[in-house]
Amino acid sequence: MENIVIIGNGIAGVSAARHIRKLSDKRIIIISAETDYFFSRTALMYVYMGHMKFEHIQPYENWFWEKNRIELVRGYVTHVQTKEKQLLIDGSRAIQYDKLIIATGSKPNKFGWPGQDLHGVQGLYSKQDLDLLEVNAPNKETCKRAVIVGGGLIGIELAEMLRSRDIPVTFLVRENSFWNGVLPKGESQLINEHIEEHHIDLRLATNLKEIVSDENGKVKSVIIAETGEELQCDMVGLTAGVTPNIDFLKDSGIELGRGVKVNRFLETNVADVYAIGDCAEQHEAIGNRRPIEAVWYTGRMMGETVAQTICGNRIEYKPGHWFNSAKFLDIEYQTYGWVFSERNKKDHEEHFHWRHATEKLCVTIAFDKDSHQFLGINTFGIRMRHEIFDRWLTEEKNIDYVIEHLQDVNFDPEFYKNYEHEIVSKFNMDFGKSIKPKKKSIRRIFNLKPQHN
Amino acid sequence: MSTYDRSMALTGQPPKEISRNQKIATLIGLSGLAIILLAAFNVSFPNKALWLSISMAAITTGTIWFSWEAYSKKLPGIKNDGVWFKSISSQGFWGWIAGIALTTFYIVLYFYPEYLGLVKNGENKGVIALFDPLSRMLSGNPASQWFVYGTLYTVAILAFGIKFMWKYRHNRYERIRTMSVMFFQTAFAFIIPELMARLNGDKILNGGSLPYYDLKNVWPLNYYNFEGYRIKSFLSSGDIGFALLIFGILSVFVITPILTYKYGKRWYCSWVCGCGGLAETAGDSFRQLSDKTVKAWNIERWVVHSVVVFVTLMTTAVIYSYLGTDTSKYWLTKSTFLIGVAVLLTVVFTLVMVFKRKELQKDAQYGAIGYFVIIMALIGMHFLSGDGNVFLFKSETLRKSYSFLIGSIFSGVIGTGFYPILGNRVWCRFGCPMAAMMGFQQRLFSKFRITTNGGQCISCGNCSTYCEMGIDVRAYAQKGENIVRSSCVGCGICSAVCPRGVLKLENGPLQGRIDSNQVLLGNDVDLMTLVNKN
Repeated sequence: MENIVIIGNGIAGVSAARHIRKLSDKRIIIISAETDYFFSRTALMYVYMGHMKFEHIQPYENWFWEKNRIELVRGYVTHVQTKEKQLLIDGSRAIQYDKLIIATGSKPNKFGWPGQDLHGVQGLYSKQDLDLLEVNAPNKETCKRAVIVGGGLIGIELAEMLRSRDIPVTFLVRENSFWNGVLPKGESQLINEHIEEHHIDLRLATNLKEIVSDENGKVKSVIIAETGEELQCDMVGLTAGVTPNIDFLKDSGIELGRGVKVNRFLETNVADVYAIGDCAEQHEAIGNRRPIEAVWYTGRMMGETVAQTICGNRIEYKPGHWFNSAKFLDIEYQTYGWVFSERNKKDHEEHFHWRHATEKLCVTIAFDKDSHQFLGINTFGIRMRHEIFDRWLTEEKNIDYVIEHLQDVNFDPEFYKNYEHEIVSKFNMDFGKSIKPKKKSIRRIFNLKPQHN
Repeated sequence: MSTYDRSMALTGQPPKEISRNQKIATLIGLSGLAIILLAAFNVSFPNKALWLSISMAAITTGTIWFSWEAYSKKLPGIKNDGVWFKSISSQGFWGWIAGIALTTFYIVLYFYPEYLGLVKNGENKGVIALFDPLSRMLSGNPASQWFVYGTLYTVAILAFGIKFMWKYRHNRYERIRTMSVMFFQTAFAFIIPELMARLNGDKILNGGSLPYYDLKNVWPLNYYNFEGYRIKSFLSSGDIGFALLIFGILSVFVITPILTYKYGKRWYCSWVCGCGGLAETAGDSFRQLSDKTVKAWNIERWVVHSVVVFVTLMTTAVIYSYLGTDTSKYWLTKSTFLIGVAVLLTVVFTLVMVFKRKELQKDAQYGAIGYFVIIMALIGMHFLSGDGNVFLFKSETLRKSYSFLIGSIFSGVIGTGFYPILGNRVWCRFGCPMAAMMGFQQRLFSKFRITTNGGQCISCGNCSTYCEMGIDVRAYAQKGENIVRSSCVGCGICSAVCPRGVLKLENGPLQGRIDSNQVLLGNDVDLMTLVNKN
């Protein structure tokens, strides 16, 4: 029986294991240094905030693994010996494999700031980081102020977490508006305002110069590069992105770039060794995607794909239309297709932007200036249907069609106020059109064939 | 090791300490309860109407002020910070204290009403006497323990309903739904039946008197609705009495199936029902305590469906017991009735087994067949033996056991008393035969579902954690499947707490409602075909 070993029990590794089990009887071993059981990494924040206990963020009950004959090993893989087809756990214990899947995820970036390894300085990625946060910032008495460095998704989550315990937070963001490398400026502005509404001290266009130690090697303050200002604090969160967690592979003979280099079949340069999830790096980017995608959904998709390949259906990793989501404090964000920020936008991409006068709601739709093809949408505070946008992107609908059928897409709970009329009239005004919104149609939404009796 | 349970503080970790104003509000609320407690120890209040008003006002004000302090200074959004740090909402010390206090209250209420001051054929004392003025104002009669309970129940739904609406002020579905349960409790369960009692003896009822009838309380939740004494009262109360009886029958066989088909059982369980109303308002702080394991689900299915069988047998036996045998006097005789029941059950059983068998799990099929055979055998045995007892037991024995085991112990003592320990929907999930019957229809024949939004689920677990019915919502959502579960009461909280906008309660076409395919969008189409190939 073939022996499949997976390093890493995150969403990518576990998806691979589940699908291999569905398709075959192979022996499956998952090795993790982090936790005994798979948990939802994106939900770690809710444990600190008291919304859930750690056991709640484990998607499967503990008996699941034995029942599905997925063996779980707790330990840190220190060496991968591809010639012998074995790996060493904690430097000694050897495990043989026939096929190896590397799914070790990421680790927080550190950019060589002075003081970045002091006590009280941490990232937020792993279960260990969560436990450390309970030590560094258990309450506002122990942690009188926290400074967060890096304005991305993890940074704003960490800010929300700390605020849930009333800890004062200063949020240093390198860009001159929150996450504006990704978000168009209207949306970025909306989030800036929302961050401040939550009493977070947001410092835009501000860089960290150094982290200052007290006499015990613990963080005492940070110094800001631009102004030289010194901010007293008890905890520093480093949330300036993540890097593939692949240091243990240095001497393995597996080709590495920033991540583990893989082809479209998620195969590395070494036979029978695959890499998936955050730690995998495509030789060439797929479409508009980045070569390394540290996203929950792509980890899951790569896991499903590699399972097919390992079970004899060798197929390429072909992600469909891009989508993603996040929540910025109280504001939900969903994106379908591509909407680029001003910084990364190509010439042919045009934006339509609508923002509600008082509520924190906005929508940006990207389309091709010349062909009017619909390219993508960002939506803040209004839920929209994934399935329909996926269909529209495949069918290459034009912007007018999308605007006209906006009511079909709404996914807000029942009785919510609808804003489609307002959005359509703003579009008509901006672009000199006279589109009338079509009424919501169950048939279109559920893609029903007309019934013949 | 978990780090959140290090603190030994009874009130939870320091960051979740309640504010000074909340402490005062709690004190005001408790002082209202204290008045009732004093009355229970026979402290005689001089002006009962005044003291009762003070007590009710204090409870209401305390609750509302506490909630105002909790939510008004925060932006609209999900308010679950610290839920698992507070001892009251995480099965901690205060949770157990509250559980024991509530359970004690229910035991006294059901089995020792004399401790509340109930005096048969005489002036009430104690707590019940305190409520006499209000009762006289409404119905003209002195209060009973049930009037006391009804009043406190309504006050709880109203005060905690306001709390719930503030908590979810960004969510119109929750706000409207809560207004609905507040309305149905106050008007239908509390005021209308009391006012109806004023008609008793009036010539509009031909001098008859109506039974106490909460119109929205449908059989089999209202398991006693068709008992002999009630039928007699209905029939002796003229056209109005007859109309109410017909309404009672229609609400079981016509109104409920139609509404459940269109909207799922939520139209009742989380919009109308009093048990649901209390669970959603006063019980909201405990929704996360429901057990989500597969084991609990298996227990739930067997227990709740056994209650359905029990209530069906009991009601059949009770109705049987007061029917006559002479067809010339009245068309509905003992035998016609039993045959009618047998035919109805056979038709439902056959239709389900023929058209919906594939949607039932193996053990559900065996269970259905088993129970069907048992009921039919009992009815058959009765005809063969010609015995006066139907179903081996005296109907009175069945009725009394049901009323004691299910009506009192299960729905009251365990169902509500254990809110802070087992969660707020224990009764609805494990015990309520009405919920089970509507659930059966909801699973097999209804337009309602919770739609999963493509591939957007991040498996975080908020939906499952806050599902009061213990449904592992995430298990479906993370596979891209819609959630179609018989136990879902449609409270909408899974959708509300989802951080990624993945879940939507909606009524849609039957076609494609249950799709067990993995429809994780974002993936390449060819891969999805492979994944879904068996």
